[in-house]
Amino acid sequence: MTRTEPVSDWTTDFEVLDESYVLDPFSRWDELRGTCPIASTDRRGRAWLPTTYEDVTALARDVARFSSIDTAVITTEVNPEDPQLPYGLPPITSDPPLHTWTRRLLLPWFSHAKVASYEPMTRQLCASLVDARLAEGRADAAADYAQQIPVRVIGAILGVPEQLSATFTGWVRDALEFADDPERRRRGNFGIGYYLWDRINERRDEEGEDLLSYLLHARVDGEPIDDMIILGMAMLTMIAGIDTTWSAIGSSLWHLATHDEDRERLVAEPGLMDTAVEELLRAYSPVTMARIVTEDVEFRGCPMRAGDKVLMNFPAANRDPAAFERADEVVLDRAENRHVAFGSGIHRCAGSNLARMELRVALEEWLAKVPTFHLADGAEVLWAGGQVRGPREMEVVFE
Amino acid sequence: MRIQIDDDKCQGHARCYAISQELFDVDDYGQSSVRNGGAVPDGLVDKARLAIANCPEFAISEVPES
Repeated sequence: MTRTEPVSDWTTDFEVLDESYVLDPFSRWDELRGTCPIASTDRRGRAWLPTTYEDVTALARDVARFSSIDTAVITTEVNPEDPQLPYGLPPITSDPPLHTWTRRLLLPWFSHAKVASYEPMTRQLCASLVDARLAEGRADAAADYAQQIPVRVIGAILGVPEQLSATFTGWVRDALEFADDPERRRRGNFGIGYYLWDRINERRDEEGEDLLSYLLHARVDGEPIDDMIILGMAMLTMIAGIDTTWSAIGSSLWHLATHDEDRERLVAEPGLMDTAVEELLRAYSPVTMARIVTEDVEFRGCPMRAGDKVLMNFPAANRDPAAFERADEVVLDRAENRHVAFGSGIHRCAGSNLARMELRVALEEWLAKVPTFHLADGAEVLWAGGQVRGPREMEVVFE
Repeated sequence: MRIQIDDDKCQGHARCYAISQELFDVDDYGQSSVRNGGAVPDGLVDKARLAIANCPEFAISEVPES
């Protein structure tokens, strides 16, 4: 857990890495919605934290005034001597027109049809991960299970060998979860970047079936894609598809480990899985992305200045009682659920079909073999927060 | 009942397609479209309403009777 200065006032000095906020952001959002629905802070520059569904979605759709050029919740200072990615990680860290065509290249890799083709492999993977823990009768549901799934699925799509899964998991965590440790962040980004750069170079002469080969041989308006754009897109696919999805799987298992009625109901009524997956995504949305204000603007009375950061607080939007009945409860059969766990507007998560499939299959395979489980006595659940919220250590016992 | 999708609003969440593949199709880029010109058979009216209520982009609507 990151050590941060105590917060003096959550409306003007919020701190997303504050321990109490990482553990329970929900009650803080409820409080802010009633007093100051868009909080601010001057820690690490000026940043704004909207907490209502209406505000978050309006900001997300205003892509001209709220740019994606820096989506990091906490930006790490770059060392000017380090090699840079001049285009960032498109399409996520770009605005139109770069966003438009890079996104179009990625989307077919995550279409319904493609995702369906990854399902048997995902199912087999999940089943084998649970099997490996059955004899012991306990597992770290975060580290031994949730964390093991997306890295392997994305690895297969990118053409990265399975033996390197643990290495990649470490790099992605370094890149995303340790905002206050620039050296660790740098290590993660460089690990991923140089590894993928080598794989890209390998594929220049030999075209394979994977995404890297496809990007390398694709033509846009008759021209090959700039190497630095290919590398950025590959890094994005790796980084965005891993930490996020395992957080959703982990949080969902945490919910089921701590809410017997919901767990029993889902086991007894597997037909609820589709609405349950959407509801768990709503209630425990893992991802917050940032935007940069492009011109001075007054939004809902807040004087936002060019260069300020705005946190797209999709997790809070999804808990807004103005948008959802019983917003603070998990309702497994919630029929109307317009949640924005995958964002809204043109930056809607390109991998949302894949993430949904992984979450559903991960829960189905776990519950099929372990219908009854709870948190181990005395075990402390370790949560990560900031850009991506989810459990990182969560010892559970099977019954 | 007849429904329509605003192509400029649709961002490819595919919630409608998950709710009813009889009423909606989705292409490789995530863009959803209505089948049968948006005509909703009587037996699928509830699903059409659910799709409208679950679209995060408010892109699906009922076509007003003319």
